[in-house]
Order: sequence, then structure tokens, then C-alpha cells
Amino acid sequence: MNVTDLVEIIIAVALVIGALFTLVGSIGLLKLDTAMKRLHAPTKAATLGIGSLLVASMLHSFAFGSGSLKEILIMVFLFVTAPISANFIAKVAIHRGQDMPPPEPPKDQNWATLNPTDETVPGIEAPAKT
Amino acid sequence: MTKVKRSFLPHPFLTAILIVVWCLLSGGISLGTVVFGAILGILIPQATAAYWPDAPRAVGLFKVTVYVLIVVWDIIVANVVVAWVVLTKRNRDMKSVWVAIPLELRTPEAIAILAGTITLTPGTVTADMSDEGHCLLIHALDADSAEAVRDDIKNRYERRLKEIFE
Repeated sequence: MNVTDLVEIIIAVALVIGALFTLVGSIGLLKLDTAMKRLHAPTKAATLGIGSLLVASMLHSFAFGSGSLKEILIMVFLFVTAPISANFIAKVAIHRGQDMPPPEPPKDQNWATLNPTDETVPGIEAPAKT
Repeated sequence: MTKVKRSFLPHPFLTAILIVVWCLLSGGISLGTVVFGAILGILIPQATAAYWPDAPRAVGLFKVTVYVLIVVWDIIVANVVVAWVVLTKRNRDMKSVWVAIPLELRTPEAIAILAGTITLTPGTVTADMSDEGHCLLIHALDADSAEAVRDDIKNRYERRLKEIFE
């Protein structure tokens, strides 16, 4: 067994791990019942699932062709942007009130999303101030 | 002199990062990519300087590296734990809780990194912030007690970020 075989095995293992976690993310999206619970599934698949696939891609490019480090950029951009979209979805879920209502903040008046403003957004009822 | 330097290169560190990112994007280091990267690295910080008035403070590289390694390790471990919970636990057995975390951090960058870290580690998602920025609202997928999640995040991440940024 030479080095090329070993690298190929490592790449294959990374691909399988990545595919497995992406699959679990999709299963979670289907199986979980509330919006906030569902939010957990895809944000997780994005980290280890895509990360593992990108490591496989990087290893392959270094072992069998011209090396490429673009995957690091993909990972960085993904890790920076994924929490922001998750945050937006969570804010919408809080507004629609399908989940249990969040507790009062221990300090300060209210959560920023629930703060009453002068603007009224069509389709979303103004949150009741308690 | 410092004023001229400040308006020409508002964020020297950002300029360096932009050059590196441009070289990575174009897939190689040559004179052309470095020069064009430098042009972008000078123009983009100038164009966005209005949105980012304060120069970032220097942070310890060693502590940042330790923090990144801890977060990557936690992401891997928690991914396995959450995958197991998703596949084996029934929906009604999962105890999803809201966790409110009072913040000791005051630097906006540090709070943003803490919020991002919490979302990236499986099982917890940052949902909101209190209106004056003293608390974070977190949703945990399956937790025995909100206090345990809160203490874990405060001890593991917030303490280290406080050392790095404040």
C-alpha cells in the first residue's frame, strides 16, 4: 500500500462523513416539529457536513492536481454568513409566535426583535408589550 | 502624518486580509494578482470606512488560535451528539429550552463572535439580543436545564473572548 492509496482512503472517509452529516441535517429538517427546532438541523449540516466535503476536495486537489486553497475561503464565508441567516429565521419564528414565547431578559427591557416600534409591518402583528 | 495615514489606509489589517483573499480567489500568487489585490485592499476599506469608524484593537494571536481550535473541536463533538439526538430521540422527548444569557462582554465585535460561535456549535442557536445589548437569547435543541447551557457558554466561550478583546 503506497501513499496514494492512503490519501484516497482518507478522501473517501471525509466524503462519507460529509455526506452522512448532510443527510442527518436533511432528516432533521423533515423530522423535527417546530420552527426553532428545525433551525438546528441545517445549520449543523452546514458546519461539519460541508466542512468535511471541502477537506476532501482540498486533499484531492493537492494529491492529484494543482493545489487549491479556495475551499478555505468557502469555509470562512460559510461560517461567517450561516449564523446571520439563522438569526433572521429565528427572529421571524419569534414574531410568528409558533414556538413557546421566549423568557424575559434578565437585564434590559425587552428582546430587540420584540421591541415595539412606530412602524407597522403588514402581515405581522405588533408584539404585545407585557 | 497619522491623519493622512488614517484616511489612506483606515484598516491596514483589513487591507492585508483582502490581498490574501484576492490571491486565494484567483488561485495563485503572481505580480498581477498581488497588485490588483492591493488596489482592492486600498479602495474597499476607504469605501466602507464610514461604517467602521474605530480601528480594531490588537488581539493576542495565541489566544485567538486556542479559541478557534476549541470551537472547531466543539463543533465536531457537538455535531455527533446532535446527530444522535436528531436520529434517535422522539420529538416529544426533546426538551427544547430558551436560554437567556446575561453578557459581560461590551465590545460589539466580541459579542458578534460569541453569537456566531453559539450558532455554529450544534444544539444551540442565537436567536436575539436584548434591546440595550446586555443579554443574548439562545435556543437549545435538547438540554436538561437552561442554567447548565448558560454556565457552559459563559465559562467556555465568553471568558476566553473577554480575555482576547477586553
